[in-house]
Amino acid sequence: MSALWTHLVKDLRIEWRSREAINSMLFFALLVVVLFSLAFDPQAAFAREIAGGVLCVAILFASVSALNQAWAREIRHQVLDAQRMAPTPGAEMFLAKVLANFLFVTIVQAILAPVFLVFYNLQILGDGWKLALVLPLGTWALVANGTFFAALSIRSRNRELLLPLILFPIFIPALLAMVLATGAILTGQSDPTLWIKMLAGYDIIFTTASLLLFDVVFHAE
Amino acid sequence: MKKVSISLYAAVTVALLIWGYYQAIFVAPNDAQQGEIFRIIYCHVPSASVAFTFFFINLVGCIGFLASRHDYPDRAQKFDAWALAGAEVGVVFCSVVLTTGPLWGRRAWGIWWTWDARLTTTLVLWLIYVSYLLLRRFAAGPQMQTLAAVLGIFGALDVPIVYMSNRWWRTQHPAPVFFSSAPGAGMAASMLRPFLWNMLAWFAWGVLILILRFHVERHRQQIAAREAEAALAEP
Repeated sequence: MSALWTHLVKDLRIEWRSREAINSMLFFALLVVVLFSLAFDPQAAFAREIAGGVLCVAILFASVSALNQAWAREIRHQVLDAQRMAPTPGAEMFLAKVLANFLFVTIVQAILAPVFLVFYNLQILGDGWKLALVLPLGTWALVANGTFFAALSIRSRNRELLLPLILFPIFIPALLAMVLATGAILTGQSDPTLWIKMLAGYDIIFTTASLLLFDVVFHAE
Repeated sequence: MKKVSISLYAAVTVALLIWGYYQAIFVAPNDAQQGEIFRIIYCHVPSASVAFTFFFINLVGCIGFLASRHDYPDRAQKFDAWALAGAEVGVVFCSVVLTTGPLWGRRAWGIWWTWDARLTTTLVLWLIYVSYLLLRRFAAGPQMQTLAAVLGIFGALDVPIVYMSNRWWRTQHPAPVFFSSAPGAGMAASMLRPFLWNMLAWFAWGVLILILRFHVERHRQQIAAREAEAALAEP
């Protein structure tokens, strides 16, 4: 576990000094929210219907920009090669990256959510506390898969373009569950339990697969 | 010998396709409710079965490649060729399904497209395997096969989740005609026989293309290997 801790502290320290990922994500997500509210001009009931989708898609687009940097940052000075030679299990390094990025995206969400409520004049009609389940579960699905695919696409041409191309199709069911659960909570018209369970299942399945296959991807020759 | 048997098989396939077309258009009776338009089932359903089968072949190829890439490099190359052929030909058949489906839906439902469980699953499946093929294009070098195999496994993992999520969400596609206990399921014998002929013909056609694609990829691999050896031999 010490390797996990070392990598996590290193990633957090880099982010603390540069604040690249959080700032770019925050501004990008804010832009998407503003663009959507200008494009659709949402009013009370309609705003509640689409708000969940807008929030999820904004976070999805924003995190791709940060996830692209997650491993690309390590290419400079051949850090990636050094890590490949180090005897640490890849799974720990992967988990450290996921935890760090999960934290960044969660911070962005925490800042963005109040702005969002103001822009869309939202009142939560369902059980608001369930959002504290839905958003972390959805974020985990996004960040775990995104970190994995970022490592997968790191050595290809056009890697910044390739990441969304391979991440989005796989992420579709999680996005659907996240959007429907958020919508159900905001409108209070249906029960989000099924979608929360589905998100949890998705997280378990894909996190397990990522942990098992990460070494294969990381050491691919 | 190999060439002769493949040509013979191709000839049989073409004959089967002609026979299947004849059965579907001239022999099968009109559907009681849908009239002529239902005949699209003779192309639509076999293509869907072929596409799903070939995506399964892709999964087998991916797992086989990952399992044998260190110890049996030659076998791994064969697995990789099967995986590529399965994904590529599967995407083509999946495109046929996604084209013929809306043609039928426009007449039967009055709409081209609906976000129903089976339609969405097929579309997402198509997207996943197109992204698999894109990865093979973008990622260069020998590591590409490993990365593609991992993505193939992820894609296959996603399929049941997509299907279940959409099932819970909404379902409009006609209930399965076969292997179902729902009332009204099943097919009259006069329609079933043409259907089975078409199933056989489209499968034979799909397998023919699959084998050809496999051989093309094997040739490409062998040429690439020879070129690499020649480059090494140069002083």
